[in-house]
Amino acid sequence: MSPQTLSEKIWEQHLVRQQTGQPDLLYIDMHLVHEVTSPQAFESLRIAGRTVRRPDLTFSTVDHNIPTIGRELPNPDPTSQKQIDTLRDNCNQFGIPFYDMFDLRQGIVHIIGPEQGMTQPGMVIVCGDSHTSTHGAFGALAFGIGTSEVEHVLATQSLMQARPKTMSVEVNGTLGVGVTAKDVILAIIRKIGVDGGIGHVIEYRGDVIRALSMEGRMTMCNMSIEAGARAGLIAPDQTTFDYVKGRPYAPQGEDWEKAVAYWKTLPTDESATFDKYVELDGNTIEPHVTWGTTPAQSVPVSGMVPDPDEAVSPSARETAARSLVYMGLTAGTKIQDITINRVFLGSCTNSRIEDLRAAAKVVQGKRVASTVSAMVVPGSGLIKQQAEREGLDQIFKDAGFEWRDAGCSMCLGMNPDILLPGERCASTSNRNFEGRQGAGGRTHLVSPEMAAAAAIAGHFVDIRDIVGK
Amino acid sequence: MEPVHNIVGNAIPLNRADVDTDQIMPKQFLKRIERSGFGPFTFYDWKKDPDFVTNQPQYYGAPIMLAQQNFGCGSSREHAPWGLEDMGVKSIIAPSFGDIFRNNCAKIGLLCVVLPQSDVDYLMARAEELPAGQIVVSLESQTVSVAGTEWQRHFDIDPFVRQCLMNGLDDIGLTMQYDDDIAIFEESRSPLLPLTLKNEASAKA
Ligand code: SF4
Repeated sequence: MSPQTLSEKIWEQHLVRQQTGQPDLLYIDMHLVHEVTSPQAFESLRIAGRTVRRPDLTFSTVDHNIPTIGRELPNPDPTSQKQIDTLRDNCNQFGIPFYDMFDLRQGIVHIIGPEQGMTQPGMVIVCGDSHTSTHGAFGALAFGIGTSEVEHVLATQSLMQARPKTMSVEVNGTLGVGVTAKDVILAIIRKIGVDGGIGHVIEYRGDVIRALSMEGRMTMCNMSIEAGARAGLIAPDQTTFDYVKGRPYAPQGEDWEKAVAYWKTLPTDESATFDKYVELDGNTIEPHVTWGTTPAQSVPVSGMVPDPDEAVSPSARETAARSLVYMGLTAGTKIQDITINRVFLGSCTNSRIEDLRAAAKVVQGKRVASTVSAMVVPGSGLIKQQAEREGLDQIFKDAGFEWRDAGCSMCLGMNPDILLPGERCASTSNRNFEGRQGAGGRTHLVSPEMAAAAAIAGHFVDIRDIVGK
Repeated sequence: MEPVHNIVGNAIPLNRADVDTDQIMPKQFLKRIERSGFGPFTFYDWKKDPDFVTNQPQYYGAPIMLAQQNFGCGSSREHAPWGLEDMGVKSIIAPSFGDIFRNNCAKIGLLCVVLPQSDVDYLMARAEELPAGQIVVSLESQTVSVAGTEWQRHFDIDPFVRQCLMNGLDDIGLTMQYDDDIAIFEESRSPLLPLTLKNEASAKA
């Protein structure tokens, strides 16, 4: 057989049917469902008299619009409550396992799949959510779909998909102290642009990627969609196996050995080729801060807000100028002179235990600036519990952070956690789009360490000045 | 899904790049469990500006939208195409689209047409100058033309997507015809793969 890349192998192994003039029919190993993109799919399934083909390959939780505080009280928003109730009813009707709001295992869907061991190498995973790419960190092919496709998967456990192109993004060298996976992915998006990955599956490769923890790999794959990519993935290795082992849904005993033997066959063959190649030098990547309203609009923390007139094309110039107006920034302002009034530590990008540990280390024994209000929203109930066992909650609370229940929260502000117009936030999430965290709110994307340091200082600071000493 | 053949009418010139689906349909409207009625919420925040293009009466109800590169990037929310559809948009012309958005549009019968930047710029300028100017998007002949002129361009489209759009095909129905293939595939799947239901019992135990 001709040499293949990781994503091509997974694709091939999931082909139910191939016919000229039609997209490939791909089998779906795991379908994750949440409250926001599923109600219309279930409804239309009912109208058509169809059923869920494989509830045992489907899994559901509430994360997008649930409150992160006062959950025992009536939901302040009846529309949100109705959406949550609708998901519960749908799961009951169709026999789909569901982690409800008070289940300790509830959390952001892309956090709990890996946490439970449901996400494993070689699988095809979909969810009605663009950050499904997160699961690619395990060497799975995972991508976001819309509600019509959710319905398609519910009914048939398969999807018609055009075969994506492949892109290799290689990051070699070693990351400096204070430089994280978040900075690497922001640097990549800055380099290839928010549309650089359209139609492609990105495979992240190189020394820097191999040295990352699973948490870091998930952060990177999570943001593949911010470069426009269909999916992002990383070849499974010992780091992957160690993370999966012993989790509730992981293979056990003899099965474990068999599974690992199979997973080891997945990495891209040496002589396989990609449609596109991108390379970055990990040694030179600095902590990044976004200044605009697309995730590609970022600069190293040592830099300043760029001048739109220096943009490469007229349309980039116009976009940059618009972004600056929205963000209330002037070209030439030093990033470290930008003051903030909100900090959000959370989202499927950066709310895993490692992220909370790293941020807690920065805030330990310090106080959040009086001008800042800061919150931590762990990615799952289990992460919250683990953090509390380690005393991280106390560190955050002592410093003046709010300590919340798990959910998407201010990543998209569907629940009451939002920015007010004009508020400026250092956020560990993945999207700085206009109004994403609240109409008129201004978002700067950063790593958990950088967000924590900004909370203390009241403005952006170079984390290397703190951890490097 | 209604079959799509030819779309004739004026075009809304939305001259912006990287328009994400958060702008097309802000989050507060995603709480609705209904499938229809999203039109009034489309571009909700941008529409607060009276000068915003969809506020201009001359573009009300236009069946075509012109946009710049990477239109519909970001969130997978199908509520964005639902909103555009509800506004009366039947076709969007841009130099490129977000992948998920483009898929979502195809599923509901909204025709996404990719044309080179220079052609989009030409149409954009024309729609700004002549708001009532008629454009013809023909899925049959895979062309975009400007009514009353010689200007015509060919566009490429996935033949399967074209066929589904032209016949108003429900691709779930189509896939269900391959039930046997799916069942055969299922028999060959590795028993090591996770099952949410079987393991749910043991995970709790
Ligand atoms: S945390 Fe944010 S990006 Fe992740 S699934 Fe929730 S809303 Fe989407």
